[in-house]
Amino acid sequence: MSVIKVPGAGADGWKCGHCDREMVMKPVELTYLNSLFNVELPVCPECGYVLIPEALALGKMHQVEQLLEDK
Amino acid sequence: MEQAELRQWEHRCIQEESPQCAAACPLHVDARECCSLLAARRIDKAWAVLAKTMPLPGVLARICDGPCKTACLRKDVGGAIEMESLERFLATSAKPSKPPRPLPRNGKSVAVIGGGMTGLCAAWEIARKGFAVTVYCVAPDVGAALPEGALEGELEAMDRMGVTLERGVESSPELVEAQLEEMDAVFVDSDAVAASVLNFGEPDEVTLGTNRLGLFASRSGEKSPVFQAAAGRRAANSIMRFCQGVSMVKSRELEGPYDTRLYTNLTGVDAVAPVPVGGGYDESRAVEEAARCLKCECMECVKGCVYLKHYKQYPKVYVRQVYNNEAIVRGTRQANRMINSCMLCGLCETVCPEDFAMGEVCLEARRNMIGKGTMPPSAHEFALRDMAFADGGKCALARHAPGADSSEYVFFPGCQLTATDPGGAERAYADLRNRLGRVGLILRCCGAPARWSGRESLFGESLAELKAAWEGLGFPRIIAACPSCIKTLREAMPEAEIVSHWSVLSALGLPENARRDGGTLAVNDPCAAREDGAMRSDVRGLLDSLGVSVVEPYYTGELTQCCGYGGLLNAVDPALGATAAKARADAVNEDYVTYCAMCREMIARTGKRAMHLYDLLYPGGAEPCARPTLGHSERRENRVRLREKLLRELWSEADGVTAEDFEKVRVSCTEEGAAAMESRRILKSDVQKVLLQAERSGKHLVHGGTGRFLASFRPAVVTYWVEYESDGDGYLVHNAWCHRMHIEGAQP
Ligand code: SF4
Ligand code: SF4
Ligand code: SF4
Ligand SMILES: [Zn+2]
Repeated sequence: MSVIKVPGAGADGWKCGHCDREMVMKPVELTYLNSLFNVELPVCPECGYVLIPEALALGKMHQVEQLLEDK
Repeated sequence: MEQAELRQWEHRCIQEESPQCAAACPLHVDARECCSLLAARRIDKAWAVLAKTMPLPGVLARICDGPCKTACLRKDVGGAIEMESLERFLATSAKPSKPPRPLPRNGKSVAVIGGGMTGLCAAWEIARKGFAVTVYCVAPDVGAALPEGALEGELEAMDRMGVTLERGVESSPELVEAQLEEMDAVFVDSDAVAASVLNFGEPDEVTLGTNRLGLFASRSGEKSPVFQAAAGRRAANSIMRFCQGVSMVKSRELEGPYDTRLYTNLTGVDAVAPVPVGGGYDESRAVEEAARCLKCECMECVKGCVYLKHYKQYPKVYVRQVYNNEAIVRGTRQANRMINSCMLCGLCETVCPEDFAMGEVCLEARRNMIGKGTMPPSAHEFALRDMAFADGGKCALARHAPGADSSEYVFFPGCQLTATDPGGAERAYADLRNRLGRVGLILRCCGAPARWSGRESLFGESLAELKAAWEGLGFPRIIAACPSCIKTLREAMPEAEIVSHWSVLSALGLPENARRDGGTLAVNDPCAAREDGAMRSDVRGLLDSLGVSVVEPYYTGELTQCCGYGGLLNAVDPALGATAAKARADAVNEDYVTYCAMCREMIARTGKRAMHLYDLLYPGGAEPCARPTLGHSERRENRVRLREKLLRELWSEADGVTAEDFEKVRVSCTEEGAAAMESRRILKSDVQKVLLQAERSGKHLVHGGTGRFLASFRPAVVTYWVEYESDGDGYLVHNAWCHRMHIEGAQP
């Protein structure tokens, strides 16, 4: 599956507080209602903590959720 | 929805029925459309409406005698639209239209004998259907004086449509016989032929058929030009049926004038007299006259419903969308949101002349969606979680009155009143105990949200618990304060006696501490009281004894409008819910008084001053309209604290519910943080769960610039993100957001 890159989904100053590591962009699997997406997101290279920025959660991601709910 | 049901609903909505003018016109000229275009100065378009429907429009528009006028709804509010004069104006002022393009030739030919208005119109209509037509007459003569060239123009048009005109031919029975031999059918214009021709008996009223096969004729003596034209059209229809060998009589009811079911409400329409015709209209006077047309339509339900207005159509269209939504197997369902946004308030059904119940359609559609598993998971989840919370161990309670071991009555304030005004609920309960004695208490939800969301089985479960609590108290009479609870429980528990708190107070008199300082207030009836005239008049009686002079909004009583909370609209589409509340708020200048906790919240949230009747009956000290509106978390906490307080103070019991670990996490919010949580429907408890998880796992993000922390957790199906900082022994929340997508293989 191809990896989706979302503009504006960068770490934007956030780093992992637990591991004290900068976040790196990596493909992450997101699922909702039997659909799976591979999205490039900021991830802690050490512990794997994923960041979903506010703009993504309330923007594109929300739209896709609504679309899937009406399928 | 079955197709038969769809048809029944569609048939009920009469919005698409013809206006009275078009129904009364034997040709069904669309005067409404014509006037609407003319009023907008679109003169050529207005003419095109006439030219599309009328045979020989350049002639008929000049001699039409306007039978629509006797039916025009304007007639009782100033005077009927001067349609004939508007037609004359258009015939002289508009750009001449091209003759209609006939259907492809069908290889059949018809003779028309007689060149009067009826014969010429018959020829026009028959030619349009693809027949070769020959008209035999001495000379075409429509029996009226016309401006130079008007008739000639239309004769030329007929020529282009393929009509042959044989002038100078005297009519005779022999001519008829000869044509019957030669042609596929013959039409006789009875008023334009020699008497000797009329030897075929009176033509049939519906078909204009005579006792000779293939011979059709008009009934003689028709004076009205437009009825003459209609006879020509009727003949054309018969001749086509005759030549095709199909039924001559089936479905011809709509051919001449007919009764239309369209209803148009004239309330509030000012009487405006017709613009004097004088020697005929000029453009500005024609435009002014056309603007008097009421553009007759129904739309009764749409006028009063913010929701119906929002989707820009009317129930006939909506019900089809609902049907199609259900029929979709693959692809996106377009109407889910629409179906889930109806407030289920019943106003449409009350105002509709045909009792169209959009609420019923939407509720049934929701039930079907639940049954098929196609209901969007997010639609009602928040509201149902709130209901579960109100029914859960932290809020629910059932007790006899303190010190009593039986209950004659039980007070059921409902989950929203206890959430928004716990003090009022407490004082009300004390008052009822004082004056009635053995009054028990049940705190919980009536189950309305489950019902509204279409989840009948969930509603059943909730009801079973409620019934068990009521049985445990020995089946007391239920005193309920919330109109929605009363409506829901009366439907679901017919075995119980359910009285409204308002009727109890009407009998007992005002509570001791009621505010009697009167003033003028507008009363807002909750939609759940629509069918409960007794409750509405009890409330007005109480207001009267409180010294209040009551103002009624335009939509009131049986016709009241929903505040935007009903049917879970506010959960599904908060913006539309707010629009509904705003419409309600804007309806009056006075401060509102209502008797539903959520009506009060919804209206007060718009900034309008509004109080609950309890603010007068059981005042808590503050100025009645000043009680703040509350966020989701505060409403929940109010229920919890009320239960704890009552247990402790009235029954000397500890609450018996152990606090969960997350509840011990201390959080406060910045204004931005609180606003984000409220609008995104994130509860304080959701935030606490995230913070507890961050504490326990030690995992979180940290911002290089602000030094703030960010952590996420997914307690059930929603992932919450909280941006915060440490704040002594607790946390200060700056922001929060959430999503439903699940991050595979990352933090929980
Ligand atoms: S009130 Fe509404 S539903 Fe009823 S006929 Fe009129 S437009 Fe249709
Ligand atoms: S007011 Fe207009 S739409 Fe209504 S009946 Fe008269 S002409 Fe027709
Ligand atoms: S919100 Fe009320 S008036 Fe509007 S369609 Fe639904 S039930 Fe009818
Ligand atoms: Zn890490």
